[in-house]
Amino acid sequence: MLTLNNISKTFNKGTVNEKVALQSLSLHLNPGDFVTIIGGNGAGKSTLFNSIGGTFLADTGSIILDNTDLTFLPEHKRAAYIGRMFQDPLKGTAPNMTIEENLALAYLRGVKRNGILGLTNADRIYFKERLAALDLGLETRLKSKVGLLSGGQRQALTLLMATLVTPKLLLLDEHTAALDPATAEKVLALTKKIVADSNITCMMITHNIHSALQLGNRTIMMDNGQIILDISGDERKKMTVEMLLEKFRQKSQKAFDNDRILLSTAADK
Amino acid sequence: MSLLAFRGAIEQGMIYSLVAIALFVSYRILDIADLTTDGTFTLGAAASAIFTTFGTPWLGLGLAVIMGAAAGFVTALLQTKLKVQPILAGIITMTALYSINLIVMGGKSNLPLMKKSTVFTFFETLFGKNYGKLIFIVIVVTLLCALLAFFLRTRLGLSIRATGDNKDMVRSSSINPAFTITIGLMLANAITALSGALFAQHQQFSDISLGTGMVVVGLASLIIGEVIIGTSTIPRCIIGAVVGSIIYRIIIAFALNTNISASNLKLVSAIIVAIAISYPAIKEQIAFYKLRKAGRNHVNTK
Repeated sequence: MLTLNNISKTFNKGTVNEKVALQSLSLHLNPGDFVTIIGGNGAGKSTLFNSIGGTFLADTGSIILDNTDLTFLPEHKRAAYIGRMFQDPLKGTAPNMTIEENLALAYLRGVKRNGILGLTNADRIYFKERLAALDLGLETRLKSKVGLLSGGQRQALTLLMATLVTPKLLLLDEHTAALDPATAEKVLALTKKIVADSNITCMMITHNIHSALQLGNRTIMMDNGQIILDISGDERKKMTVEMLLEKFRQKSQKAFDNDRILLSTAADK
Repeated sequence: MSLLAFRGAIEQGMIYSLVAIALFVSYRILDIADLTTDGTFTLGAAASAIFTTFGTPWLGLGLAVIMGAAAGFVTALLQTKLKVQPILAGIITMTALYSINLIVMGGKSNLPLMKKSTVFTFFETLFGKNYGKLIFIVIVVTLLCALLAFFLRTRLGLSIRATGDNKDMVRSSSINPAFTITIGLMLANAITALSGALFAQHQQFSDISLGTGMVVVGLASLIIGEVIIGTSTIPRCIIGAVVGSIIYRIIIAFALNTNISASNLKLVSAIIVAIAISYPAIKEQIAFYKLRKAGRNHVNTK
């Protein structure tokens, strides 16, 4: 489904602030794969997503998604195939527009429609149905401005928007990290359900090693712009949080330094 | 104030309201302070005036709109493709327009249209001297408001609104912000030019300095409208722009009616503008003082 060949990215090349963010990274995803990604601070996880999503072009390599070469496509054209969610709930929705208008915008993605109106009654019925499935009571608030919603509601809405037109690839960058634990749990459950229902190929960055091992069918560990561990199948099923941290120490010759990961690991115990 | 002066204020207010509507599109929807406005207003007036002297006032209106859209396109191009800061992009186009406007007016800085037949004379013969002009202006403004409200509900309209609201989100929903900004600025400047075009034929002259300060006046009108009519829906915002503009003109007419001389008019405008634009900040400040006072009283009573 997704093939990355030799992706490299260096920021501020030739200056004292030079930072190698990705080093000849290659990765292949099968259709329906749900990959969780963990790694220390500055491991290159978000840079990887930004390269795939087209926030910037990679210095080397190619990106192929379902036989489409994305390598040099601008961000808004890639968005026709890729759904994205960020940690910040404010990033994914337009606050001064209503819930139905936000959904209507998401509904435009990569699909040609008849007529010129952005929002028809048929759309509204469909949006209501999809909102009801979120079970947050948003289906009765179609005409509310999104700015009035809570962070969790906005993030759930963003999730719905990212998957309203089924994307070929869904990129989730710690999309529950800014939410309170109960809401995060709920959004994560919704993510699981939507991804499974539409069989979406998905990559998720998380700082929660526990959920990294629980969710999806494959886990990747990144360090220093490279993939240092890639586990799936039986090996992954037997893996525990402690074993994974030990693996990291072996592979990278250093202790795990993502404070948030360590905090959440400690909290789980 | 005489009825004649009052009617004149309403007529002018409605013509200027198109500038406020244009700024609603660029400033409020796209979140861009588009300084092209000053130059575009004069451009519209110049095109309209010169074609009126040729005896083709209707063509003048049409060409003004097209030229206004072209000016908006240049500003948008500078901003989106050439990465000039939005404010500077507007200033660059506005400066260039000064020369272009002089060229359009045939090298003259002032173009009188006395005794020329304008689009207004047509409506005066139709509906009478008293209300002919007003009827025509009301028709134009109503039509434009309705079209704009409809346009903002279309797919393209929604995309333009989202562009000003959250650029991050727009890119990830496969909308090209460069495209939506371009369409938005072309639309806004076309409307501004139409305002200038109507103004020239209504006041029967065009002048190179007509547009000076227009962006400030338009913003003031827009904000007066927002305070009075509210901003909860798009139609409300558009109607607010018209109402705000008319109120602004009535205030100016009253100011002229008192002992303030015409040379002080800019000062009066600036004060009105400063108060109107800083209204939300002043309101916030007052709320803060009230809160602090209540807090202190609370402490004192304990």
